[in-house]
Amino acid sequence: MALLTMREALNQALREEMRRDENVFLMGEEVAEYQGAYKVTKGLLEELGPKRVIDTPITELGFAGLGVGAAMAGLRPIVEFMTFNFSILATDQIINSAAKMLYMSGGQFKIPIVFRGPNGSAFQVSSQHSQALESWFAYFPGLKVVMPSTPADAKGLLKSSIRDDDPVIFMEQERMYGNKGEVPDDPEFTIPLGVADIKREGTDATIIARSLTVPLALKAAELLEKDGVSCEVIDPRTIRPLDINTILDSVKKTNRVVIAEESHPFCGVAAEISSQIAERAFDYLDAPVKRVTGADVPMPYAKNLEDLAIPKVDQIVAAVKEVSYLVSK
Amino acid sequence: MPKQTPEPSRISAENTSATGVLDEQSSPPIASDNGTRKETQKSRVADIDRETLIDIYHQMLLCRRFEEKSAEAYSAGKIGGFCHLYIGQEAVAIGSISAIRKDDYVLTSYREHAHAIAKGMSPESVMAELLGKATGCSKGKGGSMHMFDKEVGFLGGHAIVGGQIPLATGVAFAAKYKGTDQVALCYFGEAAVNQGAFHESLNMAQLWKLPCIYICENNQYGMGTSLQRAMSLHDVSQKAYAYEMASEIVDGMDVLAVREATMRAVERARKQSLPTLLEVRTYRFMGHSMSDPGNYRTRAEIEKHQERDPIKLFSASLKEEGVLSDAQFKEIEEQVKQQVEKALKFAEESPYPDLKELYTDVYASPIEPTNNQGKEDRN
Amino acid sequence: MATQVIMPKLSPTMEEGQLSRWLKKEGDKVSMGEPLAEIDTDKATMEMQALGSGVLRKILLPEGSSAPLGQMIGIIGEPEEDISALLSQAGSAPAAKSAEPASGSETSQAKPEAVPAPEAVEKASDNGHHETAPAEPAATGRLIASPLAARMAAESGIDLRSVTGSGPGGRIIKRDVESLMSGKTATSKSHLRAVETPRFQPSTTAASAYRDEPASEMRRTIAKRLVTSLGPVPHFFLTTEIEMDRAAEMRKGINELDPELKISINDIIIKVAAAALMQHPKVNASYQDKAIRYYEQADVGVAVAIEEGLITPIVRAANQKSLSEIAAEIRDLAGRARNRKLKPEEYMGASFSISNLGMFGIDEFTAIINPPEAAILAVGAMSAKPVVKENEVVIRQMMRVTMSCDHRVVDGATGAKFLQTFKKILENPLFLVV
Repeated sequence: MALLTMREALNQALREEMRRDENVFLMGEEVAEYQGAYKVTKGLLEELGPKRVIDTPITELGFAGLGVGAAMAGLRPIVEFMTFNFSILATDQIINSAAKMLYMSGGQFKIPIVFRGPNGSAFQVSSQHSQALESWFAYFPGLKVVMPSTPADAKGLLKSSIRDDDPVIFMEQERMYGNKGEVPDDPEFTIPLGVADIKREGTDATIIARSLTVPLALKAAELLEKDGVSCEVIDPRTIRPLDINTILDSVKKTNRVVIAEESHPFCGVAAEISSQIAERAFDYLDAPVKRVTGADVPMPYAKNLEDLAIPKVDQIVAAVKEVSYLVSK
Repeated sequence: MPKQTPEPSRISAENTSATGVLDEQSSPPIASDNGTRKETQKSRVADIDRETLIDIYHQMLLCRRFEEKSAEAYSAGKIGGFCHLYIGQEAVAIGSISAIRKDDYVLTSYREHAHAIAKGMSPESVMAELLGKATGCSKGKGGSMHMFDKEVGFLGGHAIVGGQIPLATGVAFAAKYKGTDQVALCYFGEAAVNQGAFHESLNMAQLWKLPCIYICENNQYGMGTSLQRAMSLHDVSQKAYAYEMASEIVDGMDVLAVREATMRAVERARKQSLPTLLEVRTYRFMGHSMSDPGNYRTRAEIEKHQERDPIKLFSASLKEEGVLSDAQFKEIEEQVKQQVEKALKFAEESPYPDLKELYTDVYASPIEPTNNQGKEDRN
Repeated sequence: MATQVIMPKLSPTMEEGQLSRWLKKEGDKVSMGEPLAEIDTDKATMEMQALGSGVLRKILLPEGSSAPLGQMIGIIGEPEEDISALLSQAGSAPAAKSAEPASGSETSQAKPEAVPAPEAVEKASDNGHHETAPAEPAATGRLIASPLAARMAAESGIDLRSVTGSGPGGRIIKRDVESLMSGKTATSKSHLRAVETPRFQPSTTAASAYRDEPASEMRRTIAKRLVTSLGPVPHFFLTTEIEMDRAAEMRKGINELDPELKISINDIIIKVAAAALMQHPKVNASYQDKAIRYYEQADVGVAVAIEEGLITPIVRAANQKSLSEIAAEIRDLAGRARNRKLKPEEYMGASFSISNLGMFGIDEFTAIINPPEAAILAVGAMSAKPVVKENEVVIRQMMRVTMSCDHRVVDGATGAKFLQTFKKILENPLFLVV
């Protein structure tokens, strides 16, 4: 085990998987000579060379499609979006090509590609550079969507994503790149996709969180314990396919659910999880499922407004108290 | 990828006055090449072996009759959805694909039945796909617009205008990455040239020297909108200038001219790993799709182009050069008829996909939901 | 005028920078805008430009070291200028305050001035949380129940119309049904809101001064639980006096054999009660509305007083455990109870309880049943008393116990027979091994 930042863990995963398989290559804006906009790809050009670590023009649609084509012809591309905000330009290729190729071709063309980069809120960069897009991608069958919340999860899940035979949308969080955690050194360490992690066990309420909201949920659980409310914190880690059974097991135990996410509430992943709980564990609910989400507005620039738009620990605490029928203090 | 300034290679379409299609668009004359090119189709015929010529003719006729049969089947309600016919453009797919190897790649748009057959897919598997049958090349999941066959290097069948252009660029990238000398042929209509995907792809292909041949099938209409109404610079071949890419204007009604131009591009791709843009000027005799009323062009315009029907032109050359006799033409016609009948019969007799196929092929490595681990309800 | 050189913010995510290289030495001339040092940020290595002119008088951050944003890392001034004030400032404030409070989890959560007031949060987003005060059920008469409560009621044969909901809008929730299942015929919402300030304060002639302390979660739970007991559960009480000499003798003997065991009289009482319960299954039971539930094991709850109230950790299957096992378990449970470290399954779901106030010198008392259990044994102090034995007055160690019984399960004779057995074994502990 080593204490690593999220970016170091991601870098290790990339390095190990590229060493392991010659068919893996990495492309994106500033990934090579600049060493990565967020330093996730630091040192890869030096070790693996310009054939495999490729700086692209700033043309997301083009290089995303090029990656999908390369995957059709047998390579395993990793396409970095400097941030997922720019993936919006590439959605035709991600959705119409990557997600559907296997199906449209009657199973002939698998697309083993990873699209990765930071997603969600960043620091005071306003509306176009600060948004959570996971519900977009999670909507489409054919894509897998992964969102790690710890350095170890980031490494293990990225390695699995690169080895996976399907297109994987791997969403990091800019605010979390510097978060530290213990990470196994074993180059064969992987975490299977589609398996949720119970980040904390509890009996009274279930908090479902991912990416940025996981540390917030854990903090909330800590505070709530002092009030005698025992919270279970579940991190699905993979949004699609969703490990709904782990969530349902927890709901059946606690009867109360809060879902925390930084995306907009409307048609978000929390809405989907909430619906599945209603469909499959209705009789176990003692209170309506409560969501804590980012504000339903484009991200503002001003520091105080930005703060207001991002979910907070006290909102999660209040939501848990609400579903537990406890009066907020 | 090592960057290197490519040498601009500009090759002209020859003898523009000989082709009505080119005349009409009054393309600017461009510097001529080294003079190895033939003036006429007849003179080209003399240079090609008889077997190849017959094969090309056979393919063209097969595609024509196949499309006619498809139109019939569509009208009879056997084919659903969209059905974009290729009638009139056969020289482009068949001429160009005759210039590549079996292990090369082809990617094209949604008007792809002829490309699929030319690349080696059986008319049976294409027709069965049109009818949405389990025996179709895409197991009935793709339909008219999404034909695929990995075995013969036919990589689709893509239905978002211009979407296949980055994909083909990536296929060429993979060939270069793996160190093979395979090339990718990428077909698209002239309307796709206005898409960002086209420009982004050409930029990367020339920048990274990828063995991709971009074949613009300029049939003058993007759906119902003429090129003149949608493109500020009408000469598609000139778009390559922006990327210092070699380009060429080709008479798309002359199957051998297309073949020859493609051969030059293929050589550039294999030997120098460089891309080419071919603007192949052609004309579609049918509507954009089977549901096109065609009120954006006159009957007279269509008839004028039909005078240069690529099959008529080629059969005339073959006859004049004595490659095929009348009896032999008839024999081929008969063979093709049977092939098409057989394909339709096969498709009609094939079963529809099993209902459980709805949920297959979504993921290459599907993840099963986790078990409840035998936990009991606690309430 | 000397200028501080501070660690600059060179990227939006930067929180600290590592000084990779100084481009000037101490004593070098610098002019405004001139590259001064190379800083390694979280994104890239960037040149930092001088924001003042003069001489680089002092380097405060050596190459290879890191500093948070805003920390002074050097001083630019005139060659002869006195910079001692700045130097001492640098020395006294090593971790200068971060130039800008970053939010999110990459840093700590503390960022006082930028946090909006909670009211603002509530007003500005849909996620504001309001206190959920219970309201009267809808006037339409439509029943509102949580899905879980509805299912629990259906499974227990409870008519939801007989339940008053304590949730928002009168919603019937799990705890309302649980209250009913534990024996109450109808819940009232009052006990569910024990947190509310009492309306009446005791007064003699003039109103007394008073202070309100918020009731702890535990105090509220106790309040909630107990009013579901004495009201709805029909209690009756049986008292007997037990001669404890032999039990005390046995305890002494065991502890002499092995002082580590530290068996207490209470441990013996638990063991004996468990043995008696095995012989009287009707007492080891609970009333379940439409059924009487008989337990196979004696799960004996033992009331433990703790600072905030009391809690009853459970010795599971006490009938199967040895005295030493019981003693060890009770020590562990009571210890953890005092530290509030018990898991719910360690204090919920006993089949019988014992409450002992002997250590406080209480001779006898009655205890309130802990629903849904059918009985609780209140144990008083052991004391030497004159007793008539075979027409002679002798001194014996006597102890009075009172059992509270739920009459819906336990009738007078049933309870009396149990106590008879309990007394017999406790007075002759050898029965435990017979």
